[in-house]
Amino acid sequence: MGEKKETKRVRAKRVNYSRYGYYFIAPFFIVYCIFSLAPLLMTFYYSFFEYYRDGLNVIGPNFVGFENYVNLFKKGDFFQYFGNTLLVWIIGFIPQIVVSFLLALIFTSHRMKIRGKTFFKTVMYMPNLIMASAFAMLFFLVFGDTGPFNQILIDLGLIDEGIRYLSTVWGTRSLIALMNFLMWFGNTTILLMAGINGIDPSLFEAAEMDGANSWQVFWKVTLPLVSPIVLYVLVTSMIGGLQMFDVPEVLTRGTGGTNRTSMTVLMYLNRFLKTRNYGDSGAVSVILFILTALLSLAVFRLFYQPERKGGGGR
Amino acid sequence: MRLSARSRVNRPVKTAISYIFLCILTALCLFVFYVLFINATRFNAEIRREFAILPGRALGFNFRKLNSLDSIPIFRGLLNSMIIAGSVAALSSYFSALTAYGIHMYNFKFRKAAYIFILLLMMVPTQVAATGFIKMMYDWKLTNSFLPLIIPSISSPIIFFFMKKYLEANLQYEIVESARVDGANEFLTFHKIILPIMRPALAVQAIFAFVSSWNNYFIPALLLTSREKKTVPILIGLLRSMDDKTDLGMIYLMVLIGVAPLIIMYLLLSRFIIKGVTIGSVKG
Repeated sequence: MGEKKETKRVRAKRVNYSRYGYYFIAPFFIVYCIFSLAPLLMTFYYSFFEYYRDGLNVIGPNFVGFENYVNLFKKGDFFQYFGNTLLVWIIGFIPQIVVSFLLALIFTSHRMKIRGKTFFKTVMYMPNLIMASAFAMLFFLVFGDTGPFNQILIDLGLIDEGIRYLSTVWGTRSLIALMNFLMWFGNTTILLMAGINGIDPSLFEAAEMDGANSWQVFWKVTLPLVSPIVLYVLVTSMIGGLQMFDVPEVLTRGTGGTNRTSMTVLMYLNRFLKTRNYGDSGAVSVILFILTALLSLAVFRLFYQPERKGGGGR
Repeated sequence: MRLSARSRVNRPVKTAISYIFLCILTALCLFVFYVLFINATRFNAEIRREFAILPGRALGFNFRKLNSLDSIPIFRGLLNSMIIAGSVAALSSYFSALTAYGIHMYNFKFRKAAYIFILLLMMVPTQVAATGFIKMMYDWKLTNSFLPLIIPSISSPIIFFFMKKYLEANLQYEIVESARVDGANEFLTFHKIILPIMRPALAVQAIFAFVSSWNNYFIPALLLTSREKKTVPILIGLLRSMDDKTDLGMIYLMVLIGVAPLIIMYLLLSRFIIKGVTIGSVKG
């Protein structure tokens, strides 16, 4: 009762000041409309036009309907690059989620007292902040044909001459996935730890009393209770994965590796944008937009039973 | 404790395996950075010949060579990146706080709609609008200007979301009410009372905004075509196109200089940053 009264009083107060709400949110919305919404609409608009540069001449804009889209699908490039992107994302994501879970369980274990937790966490989160282009350049140097990694392997007598990682399809893909893994497993670990720490300890105690071993506790208690976080990690990682660009771009110097087997969707988009081919880049963007929306929706449907919804101001 | 430890014989084994696992991952994370540091201090010929565990003596030599390299002005790039990332950090955290407060505090007609709208925006990848954005900036002759990289950060949906969450957890209406009774106007209240309350959130979000702007590659690489305007990530990307005979010591040093500011910042603020990762994320 008392709470209800208070909200009423607050609301009465609010009314007098409501116009200030508009003043406070105006900069955000004005800037959003000019720099994000207008460009987004323009992107959709130009995806229906032939509009590119041929040397110094500008061709178009001429309305062509869905021709840009038809061409994209006919050439099949888009599917190939989309497949590459998903594949590289998955190779990186599976170890990422497994390792992060193991780490989160180790760090939150009340039975094992791990020393130096802060040190380990600090080191493992660091790659996340490193400039992706510098990270990729560094990997290019370290895993070069005569780079330090090969030098070490030769010194150890494991190989006779340097392996050419970046000349092979799976070498390049694995390196990109490895970099993605290194950049994100620390972040995922921290999120999962927060989830596990948020679980009521009495649940673990009860499970132990009932004689559950740690394997059962994980599958029956921990995993179900942190599944919203796993879902969150999955969706954000997938959306981020679709936007994979800096690492493969710098590592393969924009070529996409052997036969473009490591070319990602965004590298494809970047190629069109570089030559200011607004028609084709628009079409790629629209497809990317739709795919992102569908993927997030599908994953939400799959996991998210309608229970309490987060957010939404009180 | 003692008893339960004895009852489970395999615990020391588990702990040992955990430590080994942690050490392997740590080594994996640090390996390339160790190589980076070592090779930045060695001569080109040494780097090409063999791997070394200890640093060399070529740091000064590499530095002078880098300094006299006109094709990739890395120090100018550092300055450019600093200006852009600093502005983005300030603008995005301030305006996100402003927007979050506006939606949190005032009960205006489109309040809920505005909130849902911003939440939906979080799902739209920025690169999707790149076509229109690049065209617009070419039309407005704003290529090679820092403005297109700074101004849009005023609308940062994700930072807004964190700010909103922070306000929900930490702001008491009574404080605002008493300020109103004292006759403070709304903007004064926000600047003198709300912003100080939000300082922890502002700091964390400013750091994250700084980092993501500092590392940003896609849009800047398309807009900044003049050598003097390029930022650090673009310059480092350019290194990839250098020929096989380029001085490797210099290249390693350039990469080191590119990542050093963030590594130093991280080492100073790591506790703060790691704590910030979980703020506002979904709770289990």
